[in-house]
Amino acid sequence: MTEPVLVLAGLQKTFGALKVTDGVSLSVAPGELHALIGPNGAGKTTLVHQISGMLRPDTGSISFRGRDITALPPEKRARAGLARTFQITSTIPSLSVLENVALGVQARAAHPLALFRNAAHDESLNGPARAAIEAVGLADRAHVLAGSLSHGEKRALEIAMALTLEPAAILLDEPLAGVGREEGERLIALLRSLKGRYAMLLVEHDMEAVFALADTVSVLVYGRVIASGNPATVRADPAVREAYLGEEG
Amino acid sequence: MSSADAAAAIPAPTRRRPVIAIILFALLALLPVAVSLGLPPHWLTLLTRAMIFAIAALSLDLILGVGGLVSFGHAAFVGIGAYATGIMITEGQTETLLILPVVVLLCALFGAVTGAVSLRTRGVTFIMITLAFGQMVYFLAQALSAYGGDDGLTLYERSTLLGFEPFKNRTGFYYVVLGVLIACYGLISVIVASRFGRALRAARENATRVAVTGFRVKGIQLLAYVISGMIAGLSGFLLANHTDFVSPAFMSWPRSGELIFMVVLGGVGSLHGAIIGAIAFLLTEDVLSGLTEHWKVIFGPMIVLFVLFTHGGLVGLLRKLGLGRHD
Amino acid sequence: MTTGLLIVQLLNGLQLGILLFLVAAGLTLVFGVMDFINLAHGVQYMLGAYLAVTFVSLTGSFVLGLVLALAAALVIGLALEFLVFRHLYERNHLDQVLATFGLILLLNQGVKIVWGAAPLSVPVPEFLAGNVALLDGILYPTYRFALIGSGLAVGALLWFIVEKTRTGMLLRAGASNAPMVSALGVDINKLFMIVFAFGTMLAAFAGAMAAPILSVEPGMGDNILILAFVVIVVGGIGSIRGAFVGALIVGLVDTLGRSFMNDLLRLFMSAPSARAAGAALSSMLIYLVMAIVLYVRPEGLLPAKGRA
Repeated sequence: MTEPVLVLAGLQKTFGALKVTDGVSLSVAPGELHALIGPNGAGKTTLVHQISGMLRPDTGSISFRGRDITALPPEKRARAGLARTFQITSTIPSLSVLENVALGVQARAAHPLALFRNAAHDESLNGPARAAIEAVGLADRAHVLAGSLSHGEKRALEIAMALTLEPAAILLDEPLAGVGREEGERLIALLRSLKGRYAMLLVEHDMEAVFALADTVSVLVYGRVIASGNPATVRADPAVREAYLGEEG
Repeated sequence: MSSADAAAAIPAPTRRRPVIAIILFALLALLPVAVSLGLPPHWLTLLTRAMIFAIAALSLDLILGVGGLVSFGHAAFVGIGAYATGIMITEGQTETLLILPVVVLLCALFGAVTGAVSLRTRGVTFIMITLAFGQMVYFLAQALSAYGGDDGLTLYERSTLLGFEPFKNRTGFYYVVLGVLIACYGLISVIVASRFGRALRAARENATRVAVTGFRVKGIQLLAYVISGMIAGLSGFLLANHTDFVSPAFMSWPRSGELIFMVVLGGVGSLHGAIIGAIAFLLTEDVLSGLTEHWKVIFGPMIVLFVLFTHGGLVGLLRKLGLGRHD
Repeated sequence: MTTGLLIVQLLNGLQLGILLFLVAAGLTLVFGVMDFINLAHGVQYMLGAYLAVTFVSLTGSFVLGLVLALAAALVIGLALEFLVFRHLYERNHLDQVLATFGLILLLNQGVKIVWGAAPLSVPVPEFLAGNVALLDGILYPTYRFALIGSGLAVGALLWFIVEKTRTGMLLRAGASNAPMVSALGVDINKLFMIVFAFGTMLAAFAGAMAAPILSVEPGMGDNILILAFVVIVVGGIGSIRGAFVGALIVGLVDTLGRSFMNDLLRLFMSAPSARAAGAALSSMLIYLVMAIVLYVRPEGLLPAKGRA
């Protein structure tokens, strides 16, 4: 068996008296799509923030590609190949789609902050950016400002930005939230096309999508993983049915 | 899909030419001609001063407009540049090639230290801290009793350049300042369009996104702050030579407020806007102060009304009239 | 340096701290609740002093003059709120800074037109004239004690209002979470007006109380405004307790630095260079303190809860 890309070991995080992350351990293998589900307030986004470095866990460790990254700031994790998208879409509204994606390419280029080299017409940035834009199906929107994209297009743009990091793992925080049916189907197809190439941790409410896409499903309730395994097993788990799936009716 | 195929599907970004800036510089270059044809020479002095402030406003626009950092202490850099120049001239050193490195280094040092502290905060706290650091330099200059203290320091010589005296004659000085202004505009334009500039612009709108993309946002902002301070120091060097005088008032906090107003007046983030804003500011000041010694009673409300009723500054106004495009 | 001098300077520092607290409390409250940065807060302090000059000389009574000055300052403050400030609450900080900067230019110059550019003063009220004998036969003006006492009393009142009343509860909630307060069904505009009126009165009170001991002149509000900013940054933005602690630190450090820096430096260097370095260093001292505090705790010493 191959080494997992991402390993969480005993993560704990409390806000005041509230344990939002309560001893979470899980791992994601290369190419695996690991879905994380759970009712609202289960602490899913808080967990993603800890993995991406925007929050620091109280105890526990995060290792990525065999290296302990628990104390690294977000930008170093990103440079190490850990990409993420946000529950509330996060792009640079006044830059075009191409520029947004090229910013990601730039981060991994030899001189990411060159002071005097023009960025807008730099083929070494725009080339890979175009490829990522094609891959997520935004080619005809390349010169539109990110701020004027539709919601689903912004989601796709975020994924394109994640791809330019040449990531070993991508954290996807509810990529389908607030997206209409048609755009949702397009995004699911996009995620399916990426499956196998990147390790992905997918936080999602859309059960249909989760069970269609995931290799492994973990269920988070009140900051604690109550079940983890292949989709069929998790679906059949009585504790999960009671705590979570039952509510879905 | 390969990137070659993608390239076929996605056209290259369009290139834009800085039309307004070119017209502006051409008009400025023609002013001495107009003076020789009978326009009062007062205009030459006034526009020289306006262009010196335009350099400072341009540098502020790099952090305020492009980087989104509202620095309320920018006059400190102008003052440091002016004082370094004034002190060196007083001590008998007039060579520009020696003064300028000192000016630029001092401003870079001050920018690096105060920037590192100020950038630990955001928003309103950043405004207050930059204001306080600016005030610190102001009081420091007041305490410099060997160099005039509160009264300021009169200069009896101007800087020289390898034996030449580029600041001696009024028209010559004018063209030197215009040249420096164009060079600064070019430099800042290049920086804004660079990889660094793109990351800086992006961080203004969404610092979190820039961080998770792999950039150290504070580092980017600090470098911009330092560069901006060095250019402002350059304008201080010119200002000291132009007024033959330096005083703590150069860096009093209303001066920083005025620089912010110049940038906003022209249109935040627009580089030629900063130049237009500075010129419009000094012309207005000149006209109003000719009317009454209490001109600030008119000017203050003008600022208030401007903020309340316009968006996008003078450049926004030009754009509404169909001149120039938004980029 | 004698013990007596030290005591006097400690009291002077305390007195500056109290004035700063009154100004900073209003500033931080307005900012905390309304997310509004009001540079014109310093000119409201100045107006308090000028109005005290006018009304004390008109009525011949310090107390009556003080009350009328406060009432007039309130009227002016509310007029400004109605005409300018309330149109800025929704704007970004840059617009707020710029518009209130314009007001400073107007009011500093306006004061020159109305009262002239020369410094004015208010006579110390007779019932507070004279000195209090401290130990070693050192005298300290009674009025300054009264200023410290009244400042502390106002501070206590403020503490009571903020901590113990319903309005205070809304203020505290508003300082950390304004949308929540409006969700509670509170008329947010009315709350803003009360907070603003409150801040104006505090600044004007500080200005009026300072009028008998400081010279009343155009621009006097600017220096205190910047010191108040330092206070807020040191204490933690939006926090009244922070403003109190920060004000005392700034008041004491500044006063003691200015009076003892020379003596301290003379231990290491000659008298003339000590004088020169002392002047420079003591004027920078509070900014250095601010920088150190920020470096260690970017959010200030006692930040308002819920505001990082």
